[in-house]
Amino acid sequence: MKRWPGYLFIVLATSMVFAADAPPLAADEIVEKRMVAISEELRCLVCQNESLAASRADLANDLRREIRKMIVQGKTDREILDFMVARYGDFVLYRPPVKSTTWLLWGGPFILLVVGLGTLVFFLRRRNRNMSMPALSEEQRRRAAALLDQSDT
Amino acid sequence: MTPELGHFALILALMAALLQGLLPLIGAQRISSYSAQWIALARPAAQTHFLLLVFAFACLAQSFLTNDFSVAYVAQNSNTKLPAMYQFAAVWGGHEGSLLLWVLMLSGWGAAVSLASRQLPEAMVARVLAVLGLVSIGMLAFILFTSNPFERLLPALAEGRDLNPLLQDPGLVFHPPMLYMGYVGFSVAFAFAIAALISGRLDAAWARWSRPWTTAAWVFLTIGIAMGSWWAYNELGWGGWWFWDPVENASFMPWLAGTALIHSLAITEKRGAFKNWTVLLAIAAFSLSLLGTFLVRSGVLTSVHAFASDPSRGVFILILLAVVIGSSLTLFAWRAPKVGVGGAFALVSRETMLLINNVLLVVAAGSVLLGTLYPLLIDALGLGKLSVGPPYFNTVFVPVMVPLLLLIAVGPLARWKHADLRDMARRLRVSFILALLAGAIFPHLMGIWTPMTALGSLLAVWIASSTVFQIAERLKIGGGNASASFWGMHLAHFGIAVFVIGVTLVGGYQEEKDVRMQTGATVSVGGYQLRLLDIGAAPGPNYHADVGTFELSRNGHVLKTLYPEKRHYFSSQMPMTEAAIDTGFTRDIYVSLGEPLDNQGAWSVRVYFKPFIDWIWGGCLLMAAGGFLALLDRRYRLRVKAAVTLPGSVSA
Repeated sequence: MKRWPGYLFIVLATSMVFAADAPPLAADEIVEKRMVAISEELRCLVCQNESLAASRADLANDLRREIRKMIVQGKTDREILDFMVARYGDFVLYRPPVKSTTWLLWGGPFILLVVGLGTLVFFLRRRNRNMSMPALSEEQRRRAAALLDQSDT
Repeated sequence: MTPELGHFALILALMAALLQGLLPLIGAQRISSYSAQWIALARPAAQTHFLLLVFAFACLAQSFLTNDFSVAYVAQNSNTKLPAMYQFAAVWGGHEGSLLLWVLMLSGWGAAVSLASRQLPEAMVARVLAVLGLVSIGMLAFILFTSNPFERLLPALAEGRDLNPLLQDPGLVFHPPMLYMGYVGFSVAFAFAIAALISGRLDAAWARWSRPWTTAAWVFLTIGIAMGSWWAYNELGWGGWWFWDPVENASFMPWLAGTALIHSLAITEKRGAFKNWTVLLAIAAFSLSLLGTFLVRSGVLTSVHAFASDPSRGVFILILLAVVIGSSLTLFAWRAPKVGVGGAFALVSRETMLLINNVLLVVAAGSVLLGTLYPLLIDALGLGKLSVGPPYFNTVFVPVMVPLLLLIAVGPLARWKHADLRDMARRLRVSFILALLAGAIFPHLMGIWTPMTALGSLLAVWIASSTVFQIAERLKIGGGNASASFWGMHLAHFGIAVFVIGVTLVGGYQEEKDVRMQTGATVSVGGYQLRLLDIGAAPGPNYHADVGTFELSRNGHVLKTLYPEKRHYFSSQMPMTEAAIDTGFTRDIYVSLGEPLDNQGAWSVRVYFKPFIDWIWGGCLLMAAGGFLALLDRRYRLRVKAAVTLPGSVSA
């Protein structure tokens, strides 16, 4: 209990600091959080390869402002993304939509995994079948024992 | 004159590569009466080849350091105001020079093999060096015919353009050479595999010979990728450490394949099994390195159409890629069935664990490859334009990695041939409980519990505790004789646990604030306070900058002063952000300047609290250190007596 005053001081000190904190750029922090989440899914169209959230290009600034406006208007995330796709095409989405041209993209890793594990199981079982046959003749066995003795020394 | 000498040295290097690539290969087939001489040519040819390229490289560096703007490449990538360190690093700042660095590294690996291969059979060395020579012929021809760095520019410019400002960072000086050392280093594993296929002697000795080289390349690649990530974190101004950018993926795919290769080489060396698979992985790792070079260097990433409009370079690498992959796979198809299967093992055994590791790593590499190439493919087929970005890769990659991470704790416990499940379960009991506790409790201590932070904590503790217990067990039963490989493996695995902690905590608990600040304003983040004391102008050698002065404090104690910059390079329109970072063991405080907001001195400022982010790179360094330790193992330096005293008797 002796440490309480210290804790109290820290709590007070931090709350005082918070009171004097610099104002956020965004007018509304909740809107801002949603805007960042949405713009991380989107590509900055004029940059090499940057998300809309990361880019500081003018176009990206404008688009972020537009997203903010749509959030304030009460649009859902889905509606906002749809709007961006309607304007700029699928290219703007960092998470490509699932459709006939992207089945391979989305299914590919899963197929690879199944095929990979399947092949592994198949090979291991075939290998074990082949291995279970008597592999060494009496003569080979004697030679192997001699070799083992040698390498022990 | 110097550039012409450099150009001439490049041409001579091509001649040396031709000698190195052809005669020893023919000699090793023992079909001519000069075979012995031709085999003996391999080492001096490889060393001459290397020295000529060192000379060419030095010539190019000299042109940079003396500001010879009559050389087109120098004029494009440097200018007189560039600090000397960057003038030197600018040698590999553009297309032509980075290819020269690539082929210099390749010849360097060849020279290293020629010096450190006294214990290998002469014919094997000849074949390995010849394969390296053949690869070098392809790259040198590429440089000389499409990307000559010594091309003159007439009339010369009075002043050069500049090195891309993004590249003017100490990171550039070290990152590309490290990365290329790793990238290109897989050529040695590839050369050993091809040499073994040609000779038909694909045995455990081959695996032992190529293992240290593969590990060495992997160590360089690991460091190179980590440095690239650290550089991006410092330089791009938005605090991320991995972006799934195609250029990053280009280096990550060979890393994944190389990691699989290191593990499968273990099976082949210890148990003589899965030689075919190991050879295929060696071919794959190097092919992915070449593919990465193609992706980065052909311009195909910026746009398929940019590539199509000037295809000479891209088509050349594409042909080189096709020749390398095609010929090595053909050779594989022809030779592979001739080799034996190796020792038997039960379904529950270290062999099986390592194979599952291989399947998962290859699936991961395949997924990254798919995601990287898919947009190019769709575009080339005229099916529209797509972007495949971080959301896709995270969705696909994490599910493949989780089982792999779980396996890290289990695999090293399993015995070769036949593992006892009950014994393993007993030895993992405590780790299991600790991991569950970590997953349940640790996120609460850090703030809030989320499934991802719980999973990450669980995995990290699972790996770390199992690793520590295995080391403790070993020390108890007489650890004095534990091999360097043993320590190396566990150190690398421990590094992964450290890495996972970093990724998890920075992903779950970082704080970010975008604020408007004037002199005297304070912003707090993660329990720290930053006060803006001043923003003023400061001149730089080839830019002018706005420098902010921030005072970092915690609970009233001043810790440090940070100076983030906004730089305007004379040569570029885009302002560059130089973040200021206070690096700590458990957290980074990251400040970067945005833009001025008005005329009264208000700026937008971005601050981050990044818990444990340095553990990400620390983990990578531990992995690399583990690889380095494994390299020191005595057995790699022993002469291969077995092969001499028992001729052919065990080549099943």
